[in-house]
Amino acid sequence: MTRHLRGAVLPMLLLATWEAASRAHLVDPRLVPSPELVAYTAFDQVVHEGLLRNLAASLLRDVAGFTLGSSLGVMIGTVLGLSRIADRLFMPSFNGLRQIAILAWIPLISIWFGEGEAAKVVFIMAAALIPVVLNTHEGMCGASAKLVDVARTLTFTRWQLVTKLYLPSALPSIATGVHLALIYAWVASIGSEYFMTVGPGIGGLIIAGRERFQMDLVILGILILGLVGFLINRGASAVEARLLRWRDT
Amino acid sequence: MRVAKISARAWLPIPPAIIAPLFPIVLLALWSVSARFGWLPPQILPSPGEVWAALLDMAHSGDLAGNAGISLLRVVEGFAAGSVLGLLLGVAMGLSPKTEDYVKPLFTAFAQVPTLGWIPFLMLLVGIGEPLKVLVIAKAAFVPVTLNTLAGIRAVPPMYREVGALFRFSRWQLLRKVVLPAAVPPIFTGLRYGLTHAWNALVAVELLASAEGLGYLLVWGRQMFWLDTMMAAMLIIGIVGFTLDRIMAAVEARLQRWRLA
Repeated sequence: MTRHLRGAVLPMLLLATWEAASRAHLVDPRLVPSPELVAYTAFDQVVHEGLLRNLAASLLRDVAGFTLGSSLGVMIGTVLGLSRIADRLFMPSFNGLRQIAILAWIPLISIWFGEGEAAKVVFIMAAALIPVVLNTHEGMCGASAKLVDVARTLTFTRWQLVTKLYLPSALPSIATGVHLALIYAWVASIGSEYFMTVGPGIGGLIIAGRERFQMDLVILGILILGLVGFLINRGASAVEARLLRWRDT
Repeated sequence: MRVAKISARAWLPIPPAIIAPLFPIVLLALWSVSARFGWLPPQILPSPGEVWAALLDMAHSGDLAGNAGISLLRVVEGFAAGSVLGLLLGVAMGLSPKTEDYVKPLFTAFAQVPTLGWIPFLMLLVGIGEPLKVLVIAKAAFVPVTLNTLAGIRAVPPMYREVGALFRFSRWQLLRKVVLPAAVPPIFTGLRYGLTHAWNALVAVELLASAEGLGYLLVWGRQMFWLDTMMAAMLIIGIVGFTLDRIMAAVEARLQRWRLA
């Protein structure tokens, strides 16, 4: 209990300072809008400006890109993890390409795919793909050699080997990759909206707030951004823990 | 593992050094052929030769060195500021659970908003000059350095502390001679992540608000529809990022050596 109380001290102080500073007009209200104004903007956005529609648009993009990227990632990672030839042929190129900071792909993607929905989803997909490929690959390569020996003795077919041995033993690693992909995909959704400013979305909201010099809107956007990221992370951890319960600890 | 290796050798008599470049070579060849026969217009996909020419052109005119220098300087400044703060906060929280109780929740909330989210906020607060870049990059490095420093100090085996207590080390001696040296490898891992994050943040901030730097080359190329310039800039961003990480990895490996002994 004391831990939680202690943890609340600094945020409370920050909030009090913010409130006091804007009450006493110590700061430029355009730079530091009062907490009430941010709350009012939140209310106004939800009721009149379709904040929920913006949020839904961002989440939909996020889910589309994440689903495509992570399923493709599991497939690629599996092939690279199981086939030595594929591994040696493609892994160095993959590792080379992923050295380029993911945001640096945005200008190229926007020229190839335009500024619309397709380009955004492609970018989010790429962001989700990378950690899933890496972790799936790692998980496949980490399968116990002893178990592989046993499976061979039992004359498993290739299919059985993959579905009964490699995939289950790679599952914890794949889960880690998918978890990372969820986080990356959300950040990438916002990033895609920053740079391809067509259509609704939370990222677009933040950029609009900056362009119109509306700090309240920017702060609201940041709060939503952090909150959604937090919920996604929490949800993923819970699902991960439940799925991997069978592992002996 | 043994079984897999033998079968691989039987399947693959060619050494990996020859196989690895095979795919890029085929891809490059296909790319050249496609440019040659005009399968895709050069506004969509310039030939590899044009990208190379753009790269050489930028190198000769000094644009490349100039912009890369500016970007590197920003990263060094931001990374230095962010990692020093991260080390301090990480050590403070690592040594004192009380400090952690007070600071950690606010820190977590701060870290929860990705660097990309802080950029527009900081743009309004400090404008789009150099301070913006340094602040954004510092934030990106600060978070992983803090977390890994904290975890590294907590992971020091209690045995080590007990031995220190046996020698009647003072608090300061315990910190300097036992805790910090034992925590160096994980702390360095945090610094390495921090530098990677710093480099990514640099690209983000230069794409959004800059008139110079490697990220700006991308924006410029996009505005002009010069895909060759854009691709050359991407290549440089990849190479510099990779080199920075390799340097950190080499230092990290060196720092880990004593553990084996």
